[in-house]
Amino acid sequence: MGMTMTQKILAAHAGLESVVAGQLIEADLDLVLGNDITSPVAIHEMEKMKVDGVFHKDKIALVPDHFVPNKDIKSAEHCKCVREFALKNEITNYFEVGEMGIEHALLPEKGLTVAGDVIIGADSHTCTYGALGAFSTGVGSTDMAAGMATGKAWFKVPAAIKFNLVGKPSEWVSGKDVILHIIGMIGVDGALYKSMEFVGEGIQHLTMDDRFTIANMAIEAGGKNGIFPVDQLAIDYMKEHSKRSFTIYEADEDAEYEEEYTIDLSALRPTIAFPHLPENTKTIDDITEEIKVDQVVIGSCTNGRLDDLRCAAKVLEGRHVKKGLRCIIIPATQAIYLQAMEEGLIKTFIQAGAVVSTPTCGPCLGGYMGILAENERCVSTTNRNFVGRMGHITSEIYLASPAVAAASAVAGVISCPERL
Amino acid sequence: MKKATGRVFKYGDNVDTDVIIPARYLNSSDPAELATHCMEDIDKEFVKKVSKGDIMVANKNFGCGSSREHAPIAIKAAGIDCVIAETFARIFYRNSINIGLPIIECPEAAKEIEDGDQVEVDFDSGIIKNLSKNKEYQGQAFPAFMQKIIACEGLVNYINQK
Repeated sequence: MGMTMTQKILAAHAGLESVVAGQLIEADLDLVLGNDITSPVAIHEMEKMKVDGVFHKDKIALVPDHFVPNKDIKSAEHCKCVREFALKNEITNYFEVGEMGIEHALLPEKGLTVAGDVIIGADSHTCTYGALGAFSTGVGSTDMAAGMATGKAWFKVPAAIKFNLVGKPSEWVSGKDVILHIIGMIGVDGALYKSMEFVGEGIQHLTMDDRFTIANMAIEAGGKNGIFPVDQLAIDYMKEHSKRSFTIYEADEDAEYEEEYTIDLSALRPTIAFPHLPENTKTIDDITEEIKVDQVVIGSCTNGRLDDLRCAAKVLEGRHVKKGLRCIIIPATQAIYLQAMEEGLIKTFIQAGAVVSTPTCGPCLGGYMGILAENERCVSTTNRNFVGRMGHITSEIYLASPAVAAASAVAGVISCPERL
Repeated sequence: MKKATGRVFKYGDNVDTDVIIPARYLNSSDPAELATHCMEDIDKEFVKKVSKGDIMVANKNFGCGSSREHAPIAIKAAGIDCVIAETFARIFYRNSINIGLPIIECPEAAKEIEDGDQVEVDFDSGIIKNLSKNKEYQGQAFPAFMQKIIACEGLVNYINQK
């Protein structure tokens, strides 16, 4: 029986000629990732293991990004624990404040994730690297500890769902709208335990940043991973950013998919997920009432990349954030921040009345840098709108693209660039 | 631990890790401290009422969202001995096994068991007994290697023993 892209990568890393869905395997890891929330727990667990240090100092990435620069004493202690562990174990890819960025934007940019890799990360959005044709998935701290110690992890080989993307999206439709549309269609557990494999001629119209956004939110449909075929655009990206060699895996023609969907990108409209689940989607055309907004956040591992900032700047150029609304913009890495500065995007944001922050996950998970008060509403380019996710349990999060978020910041109500 | 018997705390679909343990408390990784905030955003009474050995039951996609291991850690430290659900989100599933919190998928039991019921779970056989309603269900028993991890109270001890 044929294999999917994901199954081929897993087979190769388990030293097997073929695998089938449901099979339990042990695979070699190319990279093990952790952040300042999950790594301290993993480090503590690893200390209990009878091992001498880490399996490979170049194949571990430690990125303090959630609560940095440290928001309080306890966060500072966590970061100190990660820093000391990195130093002691001579971890090559430890990124201190000043060079760090949001992990899932930073690692591809640093060339640490390439096609054909098997990557685990103690962060659920580790699935992002599927955009480059890697198998990458989120795990918890104990799996991270075992991965750091042994360089291996056990997996149940996933079945797959195929998403055949066709057509070309219209101007204000981005990767975020594609993935919100898909989650709205299949639900927050629609891909539970499965691979989401994105294929089709429509992919050529998606930028790398679009693809990172789509793969990033596979977890919001319950997916084990999201993955794209490797085309010239992905090859160019890897050659620009990485010195590592990569392996391209293609799905067999007779690969088995449990479900198949065809999505016409040209028919998609700007899509918004209403509280309190990413599956509660509506298109902008379905929104006829005025939904007043108190805060807008543009950033995160989902939408803090250069395409996202360029799009937001295009909307905010020559306009101003609505009086009384807070617009918080967070470039995901230092390199993105610098490039945005050179292109004049940061100037546009500040002139429009937005605030620009150093890279951090802060507001996305209700950590700091934009917590919501009782009954407040936020349009956010982040990935989750669960109860209390960004602050008070009565606050509301509307997930959207940078275009919709920026337009809503100007209008003061949920809007899109066409309506301004 | 072969069996769990206790009072049931029942929840619905898509209970996410942000409500199991809100991120505002993730500046700590101390199990006892995390336990004091477990479930508070959807059930303020939980930590007041829960006692050692109790059981949590929920519908589909329990534990969806972030990879924080703090979620099963908080549930376990609060005193819960077993979680039964129609389905679990996959990272939560792995994390629970890895820290030695027994969890069982059983759609029938998850749908029918109600808040406050007394329930007994046998981990070897996967049999779930609702003592309050005198009903029995066959849950999915763990594969052998997962049983070993749980018997070792988690992946770390399991690796140490290998």
